[in-house]
Amino acid sequence: MPRIWKFGRDVNTDQIVPGRFAPYMTSEAELRKYPFIEARPEFASTVQPGDVLIAEANFGCGSSREYAPQALKLVGVGAIIAPSFARIFYRNALNLGIPLFEADLSWLDDGETIELDLTNSRLNARGQSIQLPPPPSFMRDIWNAGGIVPYYREHQRFPV
Amino acid sequence: MTLTEQILSNAAGKPVRAGDVAVVNLDYVMVHDSIAPSATRILHQQLGAERVFNPERVAIAIDHVAPAANIATADAQSNLRRWVREQGITNFFDSGRGIAHQVLIEERLAQPGRVIIGSDSHSTAYGAVGAYGTGMGATDIALGLATGQTWLRVPPTIRVVARNCFNPGVGPKDLALWLARELRADGANLHSVEYHGLDFLTVGERTTLSTMSLEIGAEAGIVVPTGLPDEFPVPEWLYVDESAIYARTVEIDLSELRPQIATPSRVDNVVDLTDLDRVKVDVVYLGTCTNGRHEDMRIAAEMLRGRRISPEVRMMVVPASRDALQASIADGTLTTLLEAGATVGTPGCGACIGRHMGVLGTNEVCLFTGNRNFRGRMGSPDAHIYLASPEVAAATALTGYITDPRDISAN
Repeated sequence: MPRIWKFGRDVNTDQIVPGRFAPYMTSEAELRKYPFIEARPEFASTVQPGDVLIAEANFGCGSSREYAPQALKLVGVGAIIAPSFARIFYRNALNLGIPLFEADLSWLDDGETIELDLTNSRLNARGQSIQLPPPPSFMRDIWNAGGIVPYYREHQRFPV
Repeated sequence: MTLTEQILSNAAGKPVRAGDVAVVNLDYVMVHDSIAPSATRILHQQLGAERVFNPERVAIAIDHVAPAANIATADAQSNLRRWVREQGITNFFDSGRGIAHQVLIEERLAQPGRVIIGSDSHSTAYGAVGAYGTGMGATDIALGLATGQTWLRVPPTIRVVARNCFNPGVGPKDLALWLARELRADGANLHSVEYHGLDFLTVGERTTLSTMSLEIGAEAGIVVPTGLPDEFPVPEWLYVDESAIYARTVEIDLSELRPQIATPSRVDNVVDLTDLDRVKVDVVYLGTCTNGRHEDMRIAAEMLRGRRISPEVRMMVVPASRDALQASIADGTLTTLLEAGATVGTPGCGACIGRHMGVLGTNEVCLFTGNRNFRGRMGSPDAHIYLASPEVAAATALTGYITDPRDISAN
């Protein structure tokens, strides 16, 4: 079963992937080793596909580096749930097709097992079914296309 | 309309208001060396585009690791130079020319009313000259390179109204840190910030504010474009509209502002410098797009002239651009800094991203004139970074512990 990885507020992209571990400095192939390499060194080696990140406000602040959400996608993060996201991170994750939900689930604990129903925007935890705020329609359109690039190639326009 | 609404309406070709979602035409797309490998790969391999939308509307800078620090970055830079030639891009600023943001302003590519997206979060910098500048990730940048457009939700605006002037030893960096203290790291998320009442600031001082706008989450940070030098003509459609609707107004009496400092490891962990306990430092680092200009170096030089920095401190100076370095040579600023014991690096981002040219070691303490003090930002995750002004940097270099510049006797 997927589990929760909990984080605090204002998680910055230097915590997600420090600048010196950028693909530019190392190589694209190594990126999956680096998510949270200093903030939570056990993360990259133990995270399982479908695991969910639950954080407090302003997740992803700081640098515009897309390799931060890219690294989370490479290790299979199923969704990120936080009361708010920093704008650039939100766009980057959206573009890559990583599901984001704006909700405060900080009452759940690190390591708890959960089930995420993306189609209905529901999270099952502690025997409860939690309704998450449904994503805006443009976000669902981008998810369904598999990211902004396939969306753009298909429609030859932005999702406006 | 707010300045943001005016600029984005012009770029959208129709009136748009806060909350509207719009496709806007881009005046420039800036890409730097760190993101160019991904952005060009997405452009060609994923989007299937062979050419950028307009080579004259693209600016490429090698600033994030300048000069190359290892074989991976050297190879990536060679590939980038070849790509720039193939695409016919003339706005190419190779290693040593400086930090993209500073260079785009010096080269007058950033101008009042323009829209510029950059592959760097501090692309809010262009608001120093009344442009709408914003940072984006590699995929958005690749789409911008392919189409000359981007899509966005027009942000509502927070208005900062400053009154009076700074006291000696206090400046724009203190204002920016005070705003982080007041608004917090996400206080301007999904908003634009407009700065009013600062016509007396130089372009460089305005750039301190515009780059730091990102650290309160702002999408753009625009200083009202009045009082700019003639090289930055303001289009007649861009002006302060008294009927504009602001999400919030923050007022500040600059004459009451004291030196501010951000303590580890959050930009909004800000206190009055006078409330800080004695902190011994190992490194003073003067540089970055926020405070690495000629005027910042000159402020430090005036305090250091005829003096020596503490033997316990290393002082690293990394100019924001070659122009800044040349101006510092021409007026003797550089000689003064070197005679005081400082070391000078190649213009560029330097150790701000923790990759080279003075990275911090375990338990080292740094007084930094840059914009971020996140854990691990400048190297070791066990280093400690304090953010402050060039004045505080110079005072601290002299004593070896974080020092109020007002406590240093005038030269």
